[in-house]
Amino acid sequence: MAEHMPVDKTFKLFIGGAFPRSESGRTFQLHSADGKLLANAAKASRKDLREAVKAARGAQAGWAGRTAYNRGQVLYRVAEVMESRKAEFTSVLREMGQTARTARSEVDRSIDRWVWYAGWADKVHQVLGTVNPVAGPYFNFTFPEPTGVVVVASPDDPPLLGLLSRLAPVIVSGNTAVVATGGAAALAAVTLAEVLATSDVPGGVVNILTGDKAELLPWALGHMDVNSVDLTGAPDGLADDAVAAAADNVKRIVRADPAGASPHMIGDFLEMKTVWHPIGR
Amino acid sequence: MAPSDKTPEPFGIDYAPAPESTAVVDIADGYGHFINGDFVESLSGATFATVNPATEEHLAYVADGSAEDVDRAVAAARAAFEGPWGQMSGSQRGKYLFRIARQLQERSREFAVLETLDGGKPIKESRDLDLPLSAAWFFYYAGWADKLEYAFPNRTMAPHGVAGQIVPWNFPLMMAAWKLAPALAAGNTVVLKPAETTPLTALLLADVLRDVDLPPGVVNIVTGAGVTGAALVDHPGVDKLAFTGSTGVGKAIQRAASARRIPLTLELGGKAAHIVFEDSAVDQAVEGVVTGIYSNQGHVCCAGSRLLVEESIADEFVERLMRRISTLRLGDPLDKNTDVGAINSADQLQRITDLVATGVAEGADLHQPGCDLPDKGYWFPPTVFTGVQQSHTVAREEIFGPVLTVQTFRTAEEAVEKANNTPYGLSAGIWTEKGSKILWMAEKLRAGVVWANTYNRFDPASPFGGYKESGFGREGGLHGLAPYLRERTGAKGRGA
Repeated sequence: MAEHMPVDKTFKLFIGGAFPRSESGRTFQLHSADGKLLANAAKASRKDLREAVKAARGAQAGWAGRTAYNRGQVLYRVAEVMESRKAEFTSVLREMGQTARTARSEVDRSIDRWVWYAGWADKVHQVLGTVNPVAGPYFNFTFPEPTGVVVVASPDDPPLLGLLSRLAPVIVSGNTAVVATGGAAALAAVTLAEVLATSDVPGGVVNILTGDKAELLPWALGHMDVNSVDLTGAPDGLADDAVAAAADNVKRIVRADPAGASPHMIGDFLEMKTVWHPIGR
Repeated sequence: MAPSDKTPEPFGIDYAPAPESTAVVDIADGYGHFINGDFVESLSGATFATVNPATEEHLAYVADGSAEDVDRAVAAARAAFEGPWGQMSGSQRGKYLFRIARQLQERSREFAVLETLDGGKPIKESRDLDLPLSAAWFFYYAGWADKLEYAFPNRTMAPHGVAGQIVPWNFPLMMAAWKLAPALAAGNTVVLKPAETTPLTALLLADVLRDVDLPPGVVNIVTGAGVTGAALVDHPGVDKLAFTGSTGVGKAIQRAASARRIPLTLELGGKAAHIVFEDSAVDQAVEGVVTGIYSNQGHVCCAGSRLLVEESIADEFVERLMRRISTLRLGDPLDKNTDVGAINSADQLQRITDLVATGVAEGADLHQPGCDLPDKGYWFPPTVFTGVQQSHTVAREEIFGPVLTVQTFRTAEEAVEKANNTPYGLSAGIWTEKGSKILWMAEKLRAGVVWANTYNRFDPASPFGGYKESGFGREGGLHGLAPYLRERTGAKGRGA
């Protein structure tokens, strides 16, 4: 019997739970560290970004409306699927040039990071919220709510741990995300998209655009229906006036440690709401 | 009186004048900037005048700050940060703040009268709200200064350095207190710019700062208008910016700060929905709506400027509202019986007048109680628009004056939809006696402060700030302390 001939994967975008090609028809080539062509990946356009933001906006109220316990379980389920696909993630990192040992370590840490954040879903309110002793007969409390739609510039390094470390704190509280990724790191993002598509994460909660971050981010920063942009993984050359455009609708701009983990990193994508009510008979 | 008459005659009750004495206040001919513990003239010698908006009387000349003056102030703040203030223990910093709180309480009447003279707000508001809250703000944050490790467990925090703070003219001293207290408690030094129409209470505060022996340079005050503020925003020696004011200026500041990547807090405009259900305590709701829009002449970023009333009670509610408005006493802000004072400036009066004219031109129905406006000064009567469409300018733009729009709704979902249909998200009000509906609404409204069965309450322990284009960051409470600290990198407490 003839040897099995490999079936190469087509690398597409992930928008609203579906895997479309870029509407522009554009692609860019992804090569392994040793120069072998891995894929012609979809190169997202401005229109793709708009579609992704639309999908994220459409999914946001429903996702935020889930109970925190439910969101925690949905995210935990993602870790379960990742665990079962460890070999695939490891081989993706190896193709980027990592040693077997480093690749395995990054995959393990990435899964653990995701589980860690899944557990925060129903705890972050208790760490970041307060009951406030105001000087009067009022019950007064402050609790966090998601900001809305967040565009995440995924870090190039570490490719998988960075992606998960920035994405998890965005969605765990009920935000929806549009991830912009490029270069070799896009391999990790596309693989994650396949995990998300087979998990319980509702379509539109995470949307992934592969392409040129330097091209995508100015459009995201100027988009009036985006509430926040995480520039942790933004390319160095991102122009000041592109970032300044975020002020057009007072976007929350976040920059953080690409591989860090903290409940305060969840807090970067939260709004604090304070409610007053009189106390009386 | 026919039931359809929406503007009944006021009650026939006359009040004898009850003016607060101005003898307690001693206004100088001129004021310099407060830099490094001394009052100094502008390097250019430039000044501007501040007037009493209720009488148009000249009050004082105030130094007009240039970039060079800002530079001097930032240098003084930097020296104080690297010198005494930066090396001081938290408990010592806290003691200075406690002293400031006490001084404000002791000199409260003097500050209140000066606030009313310079800004036009009714003395009962400056006396009962601005001053007590200003003192309380310092007292509250004083206690945090030596407890930062409990405020931010598992994180090693440090102050930013020099904070640049720009405050508005609607609550001049209180906004300065909201900004200074957490900044100083956290260990920063400050350059503060008060608004150009209301600089005097901040300059009187400088007097207090000297009296409590606050080290020179810890707080510096540079007076001036937009040019002065822009110089502060652009100064490379400023490590953190905080601004309260209009959304337009806030966006410009965000643009400027983004290139320098310095932390920023913005407390901007609002167009709050004030939602009244048919099952509310209607008389209380009327009081709440009146407080929400007419206190401080509507010069309140969180003013409840859009009344959304359930259709089933709309006619009755508006009638009761108009009856209550007709009893509001407009006039001398120093009079202890005055409910509605003077508009803060000629410019603001023009803006309100123009927007109200637009409201009429676009087809909304104007209602104003028949009340006499004083001959001199800047005045605008309490105003209600009915027949308002969501698309009307007066329902969309922040007027920052005593102007209420009225719209109706049939379901709670519709109320939420209309309330959230704005780029702003600072505050909202809900009136219903049904608890589950309050919590359902409070969750759905995209606003940073939700008042249920009350309105316009503030407290130093209560975080205040906006969603969306109303800004980011909070003032008040633990959440108001965080923007004045940064996390040292490499700190412990990282997760998995």
